[in-house]
Amino acid sequence: MRKTSLRLLGGATALATSLTLVACSGGDKAGGDFDGEVKVGILHSRSGTMAISENTVAEAELMAIDEINAKGGITIDGKKLKIVPVEEDGASDWPTFAEKATKLIDQDKVAVVFGGWTSASRKAMLPVFEAKDHFLFYPIQYEGQECSKNIFYSGAAPNQQAEPAVDWLLQNKGKDFFLVGSDYVYPRTANTIMREQLKANGGKVVGEDYLPLGNTEVAPIIAKIKQAMPKGGVIVNTLNGDSNVAFFKQMKAAGITPANGYSIMSFSIAEEEIAAIGPEYLEGTYAAWNFFQSLDTPASKEFTKNFKAKYGDKRVTSDPAEAAYMMVYLWAAAAEKANSVDDNKVREALIGVSFDAPEGKVTVMPNHHVEKRVLIGEVQKDGMFKILEDKGFVKPVAWNQYVPETKGYTCDWTQDRPDAGKYKM
Amino acid sequence: MDLLYDTLFNGLAIGSVLVLAALGLAVVFGLMGVINMAHGELMMLGAYTTFVVQNIFKAVLPEALFPIYILVALPLAFVVSGLAGLLLEKTVIRRLYGRPLETLLATWGVSLILQQFVRSVSSAFAIGLVVAVVAGILVPRFTPKVWWQQRWTPLLGTGSWIVTGLVGVVIASVLGEQRVFDQPWFSARNIDVTAPVWLRGSIDVGVVNMPAARLFIIALTVVALLLVNWFLQKSVWGMRIRAVTQNRTMSDCLGIPTEKVDALTFLIGSGLAGVAGVAVTLLGSVGPNLGGNYIVDCFMVVVLGGVGKLAGTVLAALGIGILSYVVGSGSLLLVWPAMPEGLNAVITFFATTSMAKVLVFALIVVFLQIRPAGLFPQKGRMVEA
Repeated sequence: MRKTSLRLLGGATALATSLTLVACSGGDKAGGDFDGEVKVGILHSRSGTMAISENTVAEAELMAIDEINAKGGITIDGKKLKIVPVEEDGASDWPTFAEKATKLIDQDKVAVVFGGWTSASRKAMLPVFEAKDHFLFYPIQYEGQECSKNIFYSGAAPNQQAEPAVDWLLQNKGKDFFLVGSDYVYPRTANTIMREQLKANGGKVVGEDYLPLGNTEVAPIIAKIKQAMPKGGVIVNTLNGDSNVAFFKQMKAAGITPANGYSIMSFSIAEEEIAAIGPEYLEGTYAAWNFFQSLDTPASKEFTKNFKAKYGDKRVTSDPAEAAYMMVYLWAAAAEKANSVDDNKVREALIGVSFDAPEGKVTVMPNHHVEKRVLIGEVQKDGMFKILEDKGFVKPVAWNQYVPETKGYTCDWTQDRPDAGKYKM
Repeated sequence: MDLLYDTLFNGLAIGSVLVLAALGLAVVFGLMGVINMAHGELMMLGAYTTFVVQNIFKAVLPEALFPIYILVALPLAFVVSGLAGLLLEKTVIRRLYGRPLETLLATWGVSLILQQFVRSVSSAFAIGLVVAVVAGILVPRFTPKVWWQQRWTPLLGTGSWIVTGLVGVVIASVLGEQRVFDQPWFSARNIDVTAPVWLRGSIDVGVVNMPAARLFIIALTVVALLLVNWFLQKSVWGMRIRAVTQNRTMSDCLGIPTEKVDALTFLIGSGLAGVAGVAVTLLGSVGPNLGGNYIVDCFMVVVLGGVGKLAGTVLAALGIGILSYVVGSGSLLLVWPAMPEGLNAVITFFATTSMAKVLVFALIVVFLQIRPAGLFPQKGRMVEA
């Protein structure tokens, strides 16, 4: 008995050693002639529920950094600086994001932090960046109703994704809407905006339901959809993560499909998610994004080609990856324009900076958001999108104009006033 | 009337998933008193088995056979999860019988290991692991026997495991240089398990629309229940299991091999988790986190049903299923449209999936206050700890 347990202990030790060694292998092999370094923080969930999505975003950021370094880094005061990423793991846990952000700013003295995915993680980091007057670059489409001096939003504001999508649905697909979302801040806020928008434009919300994150039982929602719109209608899906798979599998089984007159529009399903859910469940449903892998421009093809070369042939690019990739370039351009990596100078220089991103030429607006291209696509058999409508470049609106509480408010960080983040127009 | 049938069917559909998921746990927790936090991960192994079987069917076998892959996956998942459970019992749980708190922590650790295993397993990793384990087992066979009868033998054992472990690491990292061996099999991403076409549609029976996947799960649950019940009530080993459950010492005295009985019970419970894993691929996502989505519900069902009785598990699962459907879909409003304003507001408030879950949990807590041992408490002598 004693012998076996000791052997077992030995086995466990050996296994643990092997795991550590495997984890430690690998390293960077960059070299070249640089006059100095500038540290930047990369703070995404590399473990936990969100790791699936956030890994890609972090990879896109690292790719942009590598590309910039390969071209000689950024030039400040005639000196070539190498960008050195400092990676931290937010672990899908919102307080951890705040903690790691503090560490990156105080201990590593990074010039800027690229990070976050869920709105919950951004809301957790916001007070840290405001208190330390530092700068966070956030790459994901979100619910708006926020305009911080210390955050730069490279994803879509609602008027660059949700609103044009709803307009398009109203014009082409029907007036009865059913809203389904995960139970947290983004879907609830996005649905509040949509309800107001539909009220203003002659649509009708016939039902609304929320699934807790990770829940996989959709039967009650399906029953409600069938009661509310037995003959078909529009379903807007703001579910996030695993619940999407359950949602689409069970909807298909229950006959709530495009073939039966249901138009389903999702705001969190990009190429990456389609591969995980299975294109056969999603074929014929819609999505609104600022970038699709199928976007037929030289910059887009180049981006996808490089991404696949770096991370594997089976990988796909998506809107969040593109937004993450371009924000690194926007930061580098702003730093060169400011001739400094100091976050306050970069913040001033950032407004008006342009970059030829994979989606097209994007420009930073005074409200710390980006003017972005709005696209509506339909999922095809191969898991890619067919672009149905290109609404061109749309200027971002941070404070929503449909919601009565924020109607008439705007945000402009070029204004020299204490309430530049939110003031009456 | 239509509404009644609809409610019954959907309640049954939700309940049957719960029954299937909780059945293995009911066997392990109910009969052996082992709190197995890795139950969800054993389900996950079943789901990954389905994925592998699906891919083999896609890649190797003729297309005409694809629709039956799920029927092949069922027994295979039982075997894979069952063997994983057996290994778990032999290495970890056996040493912790009668210490529920340690068992809970140890199995939780095992669940994390299993999750990370499917995330990072690659050919290099697997080959290294197999080489290390096989070499470690073989070392005593190929070294002089006298070495293994000395006072320093335990040190030798530990040392040999460290050496073989290092050999495994070296092999894994050398192979890892090659791209072919370095690719993770599943990676941390969710994987795509596609139901065969005959399980994707739905059938209209009268006024009720019945998705085929749901019907399949209900049928599977019934079959699994009948088999488990037959096994426990009628077969020789089943009777031994029940005897050990009721009085371990006496069973031991009467010549029942209790260690084998424990191993067998655990194997069956784990195998059932694997079968449940196959079933849930029809409904939800398959990824390393799959287990976590079900484990809480499973324990809820077993605790509500009463430890040690399958009937309790079934009744509890169906009760929870119907209740969460009725509350979550808001069908009470349809039955009684003219209900008073206040009550109407309350019901509408709870008529979303997440609020329904809150209400169901609250009701279970209240119920357990009144009957702490659940619906069907174990009568007679208590299971010894």
